[in-house]
Amino acid sequence: MNIGVLNGREVQALEFPYARCADQDAAEPARHRVVVVGAGPVGLTLAIDLAQRGQRVLLLDNDHKLSTGSRAICFAKRTLEIWDRLGCGDAMVARGVRWNVGKVFFRDRLLYRFDLLPESGHERPAFINLQQYYAEAGLVERAMALPTLELRWRNSVVACEAAEGGVSLGVETPEGRYTLQADHVVACDGARSAVRSLLQREVQGRVFRDRFLIADVKVERADFPSERWFWFDPPFHRNQSALLHRQPDNVWRIDFQLGWDADPEEEKKPERIIPRVKAMLGDDVPFELEWASVYSFACERMPAFRHGRVFFAGDAAHRVSPFGARGANSGVQDADNLGWKLDLVLRGQAPDALLDSYGLEREAAADENLLNSTRSTDFITPKSEVSRLFRDAVLDLAGEYPFARALVNSGRLSLPTTYEQSSLNTPDVDAFEGRMVPGAPAADAPLQLAGRPAWLLRELGADFTLLVDGPAPGWARDLPLKVLAAQDPEGLLAQRYDLKPGTAYLLRPDQHVCARWRQPTFAAVQAALARATAC
Amino acid sequence: MLITNPNLDAPDAFYEALIEAHRDLTPAQSHELNAKLVLLLANHVGALGVLKQALDAARRNVLSPEKSS
Repeated sequence: MNIGVLNGREVQALEFPYARCADQDAAEPARHRVVVVGAGPVGLTLAIDLAQRGQRVLLLDNDHKLSTGSRAICFAKRTLEIWDRLGCGDAMVARGVRWNVGKVFFRDRLLYRFDLLPESGHERPAFINLQQYYAEAGLVERAMALPTLELRWRNSVVACEAAEGGVSLGVETPEGRYTLQADHVVACDGARSAVRSLLQREVQGRVFRDRFLIADVKVERADFPSERWFWFDPPFHRNQSALLHRQPDNVWRIDFQLGWDADPEEEKKPERIIPRVKAMLGDDVPFELEWASVYSFACERMPAFRHGRVFFAGDAAHRVSPFGARGANSGVQDADNLGWKLDLVLRGQAPDALLDSYGLEREAAADENLLNSTRSTDFITPKSEVSRLFRDAVLDLAGEYPFARALVNSGRLSLPTTYEQSSLNTPDVDAFEGRMVPGAPAADAPLQLAGRPAWLLRELGADFTLLVDGPAPGWARDLPLKVLAAQDPEGLLAQRYDLKPGTAYLLRPDQHVCARWRQPTFAAVQAALARATAC
Repeated sequence: MLITNPNLDAPDAFYEALIEAHRDLTPAQSHELNAKLVLLLANHVGALGVLKQALDAARRNVLSPEKSS
């Protein structure tokens, strides 16, 4: 199969066949080390990561198709870097629409523009826009190329019993039900997670009383550039907000705020949507309506993402408002965080306690995403008269005064979380400048390796990496890590990492910094490795 | 630290200017002016800790049972 050559209609029409498996005929329930539930962007990312690390992984999906409609379309730089590590970033970027710039409009005028990646020297852009079905297609293609990854379509989890010795899953198929046993289960089965309800776990947070319409329209000759445009109270949609994104295939995503009183069934009808789009694009611009959906949203999370042998990731664990593209992107980071930890524990190279750090790190990340997305939502949809008064005052002032632009919040766009409080970090003993503190996701930078240009993140190892300025110390060969002695003719690496001759950074398999030294020693690096693996 | 001791160059002149700024405005426009004034002054102050002390002081005074009404 070569999904890369299919167009959007063909990708959405793909059907993955159900196939009977040996587990269904086994006398005793088959035992699997890891079962991932849900083949969306999060479950696929995790399953690929585990399989790429040599683990046998079973991925169950209750459906046999890719995402219907474009859904999550904004994939952030960090997500692309994770997919690069998994061998499928290039295909996504080749297909996606790259963008870095956003513009904010109030009524009929441009308030300001912002650049999410104002510096050069990064392989990936701040974002690409890509229909979720294309992203899933790229991931499924990669998953199918991995011999230790088994994907079972139309296998719905309908029972889940978690005990100390293992998890028992009841799975419904077109040919009836079977049971299997798992050492570890990762629920990536979305906002209405079946595993979560079967285990009677709750989510806590705020539900917002507002409704939004998504309309994907195909416009052959649109003169909008590849930027994110956000309107507060635009002339074509008074007293509400609107958002425009460009997707591949000349498809434009338009988000219209509708208010809580809107009738979702009525608003989904083309005769209601078409006049709204015409008001925005102008009467003379021909377009085709591709897909539409009316949604409301919640900002909420499970109190804990780990329950013994069951882990929750992505929308199953946390939900945010869409402003900021923090849903799918944070879910992919969940997978990135769990993959290497589960692998080390399964290989017996780290204790079970390492898996607790998944919950602690990603719960903190979810809080950060929830805080950002709740604040954006409160700005975009003011909930009281005074809140609206201040919101409009900020927007009025922003046209004239730069300070007020910092207060305009049309979505704080997804950035990876720095695990500042993580117990896996070794606290600094030396003085450093800059953002690459222990817990930070490693920033990319251009390198020179054996006389050829390269990118830092591409050169990091699958396991731990020791990045050193200057020659690799001889003792580093005796440690279970990759040593990267970087040459950096442009000086950007040295600047971003505050490198001096002899400086070393220890980077985790998920490319987060966990320790750094001006004068590293074997003992110090060994201790930091032990700490980062909860040994 | 929020300054609550007298700090204005010319208290009477400031007060006059404040009232003058609201001259001929409707109540809705006055609310708008106050909101914009808060935002401009907040940016001038800058420090979040000081701003929070000012917000607390104002709110406490609004809710205080002893305030003259």
